[in-house]
Amino acid sequence: MGKIVPRLLKDQLAKLAEKDTRIDGRGRFERRDINLEVDVLSNAEGSSKVVWGGTIVYAGVKFALREPYSDRPADGALMTSAELRPVANLKYEPGPPSPESIELGRVVDRGIRESGCIEMASLCVVPGESVWNVNLDIHVMSDQGNIFDACALAGIAALKTATVPANRFDVGEDHKLPVNKIPIMCSYQKVGGRFVYDPCEEEELGGNERVHITLGDDGHVHSLQKGLKGTFSTAEFAEIFANAGEQAEELRKIVEEMVI
Amino acid sequence: MGGYGDVELIKNNGERLDGRSADELRPISIEVGILPAARGSCRMTWGLNVAEVAVYGPMEAHPRKIQRPDRAVLDVRYNMAPFSTSDRIRPGFNRRSREISKVTAEALESIVMVDMFPRSKIRVEIEILCAEAGTRCCGITAAAVALADAGIPMKDMLVSVAAGKINDVVVLDLDKAEDNYGQADLPVGILPNSKEIAFLQMDGDLSPEEFELAMKYNMKAVDEIHKIQIDALKSKYSGGES
Repeated sequence: MGKIVPRLLKDQLAKLAEKDTRIDGRGRFERRDINLEVDVLSNAEGSSKVVWGGTIVYAGVKFALREPYSDRPADGALMTSAELRPVANLKYEPGPPSPESIELGRVVDRGIRESGCIEMASLCVVPGESVWNVNLDIHVMSDQGNIFDACALAGIAALKTATVPANRFDVGEDHKLPVNKIPIMCSYQKVGGRFVYDPCEEEELGGNERVHITLGDDGHVHSLQKGLKGTFSTAEFAEIFANAGEQAEELRKIVEEMVI
Repeated sequence: MGGYGDVELIKNNGERLDGRSADELRPISIEVGILPAARGSCRMTWGLNVAEVAVYGPMEAHPRKIQRPDRAVLDVRYNMAPFSTSDRIRPGFNRRSREISKVTAEALESIVMVDMFPRSKIRVEIEILCAEAGTRCCGITAAAVALADAGIPMKDMLVSVAAGKINDVVVLDLDKAEDNYGQADLPVGILPNSKEIAFLQMDGDLSPEEFELAMKYNMKAVDEIHKIQIDALKSKYSGGES
């Protein structure tokens, strides 16, 4: 898309905002349909596929044994990465990870890590010698908006279904990876002068700043990120923060229903 | 090849470990138009392999030095997802994926009517989500379908399949164990109408007679897989309306 398109699009989005509607007809805080599948890839120890509107994301979990860090001899580690590969959209070019791709991976990682959903001590095999390294890789296949929330949802769903392959590594019996919490990310973008939930591709193209909020089971916030140019008031934040609580509850139910 | 042929891969009754006969393919399915952001796309499952392919373009080729004044260039990437194999793969390109991307691009350039789009680029993104031997064949076969879904003019389809040798027996379509402990692997890319060869690799050890039989198995499989490709495209484009 050329550089002129966002300007025309911005005008259109502003007019739609005045009528309190959106380019795809949704309400301000209305989410697109989600389909979540788990255990979809046989070589991953846990996997999920999220279809969120036209956005499609896979997540896969792999385990490896390694020596613990000397300052945390009984703790394993969780490494989350999310990549914007050129498969996902015309706008993504091949090459080393872009700042956008790195931001995505780090924001998704923080939400999952800081929720404390995995106790690192539970990943210990032999203290001081051997711990599990959990690699959560998130693969965006189609980007039609709001990949942040789709990646976070796919990520926690894959972890929830993961089996520690202890048998294959000769360190005991296979067992479920203990995941105690379900952190949920909710993303908002300023479009036509007001925040909307779950921006679609056109809204991202013609929108301003966005805010990502990750909430834990108890409603506590575990990660925040403001991205892109623009400013907002504390009242605006209070409104989306309250809305995130409601959205997170619904999304958590989707994960719970899928992963028993 | 990984092994020396001393692992038993064929049972006493002549069946392979998964119950297939020598010239039998693993189950294959293709679904067209599965990635909404792409201009053309498809998902292919081939045994336990899962590949998804997106096609973008034709678009202006940049940087300009890659432009060709008389034709389009194909920018093909074959990539394995980190979780696609039993040990995690570090993200990013390695020598293997670069080579497969190169030979895949050259095979596809042999069927795409590249001279219709001078100075442009067609992007083909092959993502292997689950790998169980034969991913390059799966990727090439799926890429041809995704190109057709994108409406890119082509002079023929392209089907890729491999035959090989296990326990001194020539067999079609090696699975993971057969690939690891087999004696030869012969992947080809065939234009199903003209039966010309657009892609050819081989490693291992085959006698001229074994090579001939392996090619015979491959050629037979090409017709079977071509039918699956065409049926997948038809189920998207002729569903009730035409």
